[in-house]
Amino acid sequence: MRYLLQIYPDSATAEFGRLSADEQDAILDEFIAIRQIPGVIGGDRLHPVETATTVRVEGGQTLLADGPFVEAKEHLGGYYLVEADELDAALEIAARIPAARMGGVIEVRPVVER
Amino acid sequence: MLASLVGFLGDFDLAEEAVQEAFALAAQRWPRDGTPPNPGAWLTITARNRAIDRLRRDRALAAKTRLLEVPEAVEDEMEERTFPDERLELIFTCCHPALGLEAQVALTLRALGGLRTEEIARAFLVSEETMKRRLSRAKRKIRDAGIGFSVPADHRLPERLAAVLAVVYLIFNEGYGGRVDLAAEALRLGGALAELMPDEPEVHALHALMLLHDARREARFDGGELVLLADQDRSRWDSARMARGREALERAFALRGRGQYVIQAAIASLHMDEPRDWTQIAALYDELVRLTGSPVVELNRAIAVAETDGGEAGLALVERLELDGYQYFHSTRADLLRRLGRRDEANAEYERALELAHTGPERRFLQRRIAEVGAYPSPPQKVSPRERPIRGWDDTNRGGKR
Repeated sequence: MRYLLQIYPDSATAEFGRLSADEQDAILDEFIAIRQIPGVIGGDRLHPVETATTVRVEGGQTLLADGPFVEAKEHLGGYYLVEADELDAALEIAARIPAARMGGVIEVRPVVER
Repeated sequence: MLASLVGFLGDFDLAEEAVQEAFALAAQRWPRDGTPPNPGAWLTITARNRAIDRLRRDRALAAKTRLLEVPEAVEDEMEERTFPDERLELIFTCCHPALGLEAQVALTLRALGGLRTEEIARAFLVSEETMKRRLSRAKRKIRDAGIGFSVPADHRLPERLAAVLAVVYLIFNEGYGGRVDLAAEALRLGGALAELMPDEPEVHALHALMLLHDARREARFDGGELVLLADQDRSRWDSARMARGREALERAFALRGRGQYVIQAAIASLHMDEPRDWTQIAALYDELVRLTGSPVVELNRAIAVAETDGGEAGLALVERLELDGYQYFHSTRADLLRRLGRRDEANAEYERALELAHTGPERRFLQRRIAEVGAYPSPPQKVSPRERPIRGWDDTNRGGKR
């Protein structure tokens, strides 16, 4: 089964900003290390929400807007895609993501297999 | 039998339907053909085969499960095969933290307790529809999110076991208020866990705790009226359950248990001694507070401290707590104030507790207290706690131990 681990940093971003350069490097190394775990088949960090563009199609017209989907309470910071036999394996990887212990939250959802 | 099928199939509904079909088939065939020598095995194999047939018909599902590779069992095997008791796997699955607590409780009662949906709905005061939906949603989540069917690996076991024990204790406490059937279910689950995980001290301790509480069940009410622990007729305590409870506690101690259930059970056991060793009880509450950081536990400790160090000391601890709106906070505070002769304040707190009380016996008890407090002609003399009889003195988490 595959799971999408969605990273919502929330206050972790501010936490991260308060760290020393060395501590920040250590955190980034952790993110890279997770990408190397067997079973982690994808993962990326996203540029911040200011870089987003929203797309809607209404009445055959494509409507574009600058900025994120405003109604969303939390904004995605990044994700990992994990291949695992059962939920617990994906949850353990999620728990290792630095954002999780710095005030953020990880949402783990199974991917519908085609 | 359901347990091994759920494990085999990874799908509750399928397992349940297969079991029902197997029983129906047995009801048809056995009177005609005679009861097979190993009926349990016959039923299990039949159920598995029915499930496999169904899956073969539904190819999409079949692709997801690995069942098609498993060869169908042969008649001859049925005699020898013993099926593993997978109740432990089942309870850990039912109590997986990825399921909401209410779902864990409902699922545990359904799958391990064998209660009907409608019975569970009644016990928790929701409609059958609501409970049905709750159970369906939980089962779907188990299947779709891939919640595994296994006893957790060692590094996960402590937290997962804690979750299981919390569910069982919650079921017991729902029964504690008078719905005896749930308490019995919880006791049964506790006993089964003790058999299945004999090396876990907290498991024995929870079993002990429930047995000790349950032993006092008959004495807790008298003609529908609440009777506090100190006033209970000890002859109405079930000595067999008390003995089994203390035995289970000994096993927990022997396994060097020092977790929250061990401490709670030890306290429960001490409360059943005459006279009570309040110093020991207070010391155990100290440990429990350290372990749990729970304000309700601190409330209980305050009551013990009032016994060892006097009402003022106990009250000081109670007033530090932020438990406004918690019935037993107010009733405890009221009692301490009453003992210190502060009648008006006691009255106010009893009234507050009364607003929050939701059972008839508790309400009447509080009303009696209010009447007493109002009836005092003058404040009682200040007396040291040890000289004063403990009669009517409330001493635990409810400001009135029953």
